[in-house]
Amino acid sequence: MSILDAKVPAGPIERKWSEHKDHIRLVNPANKRSIDIIVVGTGLAGASAAASLAEMGYNVKSFCYQDSSRRAHSIAAQGGINAAKNYPNDGDSVYRLFYDTLKGGDYRSREANTWRLAEVSASIIDQCVAQGVPFARDYGGLLDNRSFGGAQVSRTFYARGQTGQQLLLGAYSALMRQVGKGKVKMYDRHEMLDLVVVEGKARGIIARNLVTGELERHGAHAVLLCTGGYGNVFFLSTNAMGSNVTAAWKAHKRGAYMANPCYTQIHPTCIPVSGDHQSKLTLMSESLRNDGRIWVPKKLEDAKAIQEGKKKGSDIAEDDRDYYLERRYPSFGNLVPRDVASRAAKERCDAGFGVNRTGEAVYLDFASAIERYGKMEANVHHIDNPSPEKIRELGMKVVSEKYGNLFDMYENIVGENPYVHAMKIYPAVHYTMGGLWVDYNLQSTVPGMYVLGEANFSDHGANRLGASALMQGLADGYFILPYTIADYVASDIRTGPIKTDTAEFVEAEKSVRERIDKFFNTKGTEPVDHFHKRLGKVMWEKCGMARNAKGLQEGIEEIRRIRDDFWANVRVPGKPNELNQELEKAGRVADFLELGELMCKDALNRNESCGGHFREEYQTEEGEALRDDENFAYVAAWEWTGEPGKDVMHKEELKFEALKLSQRSYK
Amino acid sequence: MGNMKLTLKIWRQADAKAKGAMVDYQVSDISEDMSFLEMLDVLNDRLVREGQEPIAFDHDCREGICGACSLFIDGRPHGPSRHITTCQLHMRKFKDGDVIHVEPWRAGAFPVIKDLVVDRGAFDRIQAAGGFVSVNTMGNLVDANAQPIPKLDSDKAFDAAACIGCGACVAACPNSSAMLFVAAKVSQYALLPQGRPEAKTRALNMVEQMDTEGFGNCTNIGACEIECPKDISLENIARLNREYLGAELSKE
Repeated sequence: MSILDAKVPAGPIERKWSEHKDHIRLVNPANKRSIDIIVVGTGLAGASAAASLAEMGYNVKSFCYQDSSRRAHSIAAQGGINAAKNYPNDGDSVYRLFYDTLKGGDYRSREANTWRLAEVSASIIDQCVAQGVPFARDYGGLLDNRSFGGAQVSRTFYARGQTGQQLLLGAYSALMRQVGKGKVKMYDRHEMLDLVVVEGKARGIIARNLVTGELERHGAHAVLLCTGGYGNVFFLSTNAMGSNVTAAWKAHKRGAYMANPCYTQIHPTCIPVSGDHQSKLTLMSESLRNDGRIWVPKKLEDAKAIQEGKKKGSDIAEDDRDYYLERRYPSFGNLVPRDVASRAAKERCDAGFGVNRTGEAVYLDFASAIERYGKMEANVHHIDNPSPEKIRELGMKVVSEKYGNLFDMYENIVGENPYVHAMKIYPAVHYTMGGLWVDYNLQSTVPGMYVLGEANFSDHGANRLGASALMQGLADGYFILPYTIADYVASDIRTGPIKTDTAEFVEAEKSVRERIDKFFNTKGTEPVDHFHKRLGKVMWEKCGMARNAKGLQEGIEEIRRIRDDFWANVRVPGKPNELNQELEKAGRVADFLELGELMCKDALNRNESCGGHFREEYQTEEGEALRDDENFAYVAAWEWTGEPGKDVMHKEELKFEALKLSQRSYK
Repeated sequence: MGNMKLTLKIWRQADAKAKGAMVDYQVSDISEDMSFLEMLDVLNDRLVREGQEPIAFDHDCREGICGACSLFIDGRPHGPSRHITTCQLHMRKFKDGDVIHVEPWRAGAFPVIKDLVVDRGAFDRIQAAGGFVSVNTMGNLVDANAQPIPKLDSDKAFDAAACIGCGACVAACPNSSAMLFVAAKVSQYALLPQGRPEAKTRALNMVEQMDTEGFGNCTNIGACEIECPKDISLENIARLNREYLGAELSKE
């Protein structure tokens, strides 16, 4: 075990970033033209980084597995993006955004990174507006804000329920502008299948053309992984079907440490599972918790009747409803952070109070919001003594304006009108705070390989607050990496183009080819999904919302068995040299089968509860997460040693200078 | 487990050069809670077990926003329901015994890659021709609130910007025209002050690229609007025509 140096600059926290920027090396404009950079992934982090680097003059190659870079999964983010603009004049500041984010992450993030994120947040909004991103505005024409979980100020900018889409299309437009200029060469329908390391430096990748099946070698002076999170290890998650860990995992096997892989975010407001056929879960934006109230019946017999279909939520009298978040956390109420809200839902459902057939759902109810808004509208329109129907009608209009697309989506999937019947929701895997370890410059343990956005680990600690993922993706891509990478590639201005006929590229391509052949040669009987679903079930049960040592040990054993079974019995049809979606899935699931074990191992090592990592053995008397700062205020960064499950741990000690560690409370 | 039995007639085509054909498949035990794509998952699972090649189709987010899924179901892009993508279509819209036809988008500018997968790269190239505001990344721009934008303009810009680039408009159009797609992008920027400085070149360049890609002309049929999963209005095409005409007449 070694202690990792995060290379955090010295000095007071509010000066670190600007001092650092002032003193790192630059690359002059003419020399930028001789530097090639590969960017893998075209979500918020990847598209913004690729566009920004190309604007600066670097030669960029951009890769995505989708048919167009515009489809990266950032597009599905709904609720919003945080920024310390303090437009509502409610006392927000860089410090408060930093404080909320660090506290929200249960003091397991790197303090200096979190501060920097808050510091650049305001520039992101300016940049996006300049690009023509249509954020929500008020009638005065100024930008509107709303509040989000874990904060007591309104600092979230949004574009209806499609903020991720609008921000991504903004970054995509910047990227396409550079594609049009020839500064970015776009490789869509390409998947990175290995990292090439030459003399200890990342010098390229092996990518598979998903249409022809051809393996391609691409050389560059630096490689950026902006490949998102690994939530699909659970099979069911809110991630896109294609979201995967493969690029990150290949990099891990080539020397990049994997940090805190057990930190998983289970999002409290998702549409519950409807049956075995389920292929993914759909999120209902956290913004709904601004107006929706979460409850279950107070009485077990009411819950039973609802589960058996004999009663509906509307049959339960107001006094017989348990608004458990408002009860347990009076000061934050329904706006507690995601990990807290998810565990509270699980606690009620485990106790038998769930409100659907399977007993795994709680209500998210808009009735009182509809009434409140209806009365307000009646006042605005000078309607005296409005009837309850009129109030409902007016209120529904407001709710529809705010959340209409989400309500429609719910109705499409569930087949029930959420304006009439309270929504049913349940927690689902949504985001992974863990990821590849990076230093302050976003460089991994492989020199020349940088990791941005959800794929890295650094800013959100053990739990990410809502509307902070978009902020981080764009902060990394627009405002952080374009500066920090210069310090590294400044050494490469005389290197010349990276040759791809060297032994390292040959070896990497050969290993990719051998693995593809192995899939076809297995000639088993079971489709890839069969193994993925089994893995997902183990991960959800043993390494999900609540974990314990015994379960995690069992989980590791079960994952090993599934992995052995996979390599003996998987069936991949078709050929390697064609569009072959089963082959794509096989590669991704094979990597999940190794990652899953590491997640359990990491969770087993962390003998404390923090944020999204809840070990049942470590909780307060009230059932809240119990941290152990004396022994676990560190980042666990795992090094691959050649075999799954044999990773060795290194540590980065977390030091808190600007904030004192304290017990997180939302009461 | 559900109990619907369905007959599927699905377009199979080995690759871009191969000749395709409709192939019949029977599926049973389909639940009404399944999405259309989950129903295809069930079929593919069986095909793999039987040693046959599964059906290739594009899909990713499965929540109606990425724009990847693109099935032409019973003669309509994204199937019988309005304002949703294929991935949001659920089997409760069908009934036991139905015969369902599934084809890829049909348009010269969207060549078939395999089965139900088509190449929509033309949309990216149109975007690269002018679908942007020429602003570099910079940390010291004017404050986002320095320039108020009337809510109505901003809302209309958003309505246009909601386009997911799926190509249903092209698939729906007898002329395979991409006017609604191009109009949505041109409109978003035309309605915002940030987009005005380049409004002329944008309209001219995007339309030129659209023509180069081989999309057909708009003859005001309106099928695109009906089939658009994001309800992009024909008004945008009128706006594009105005923008284009103005740019054409005043170009230097």
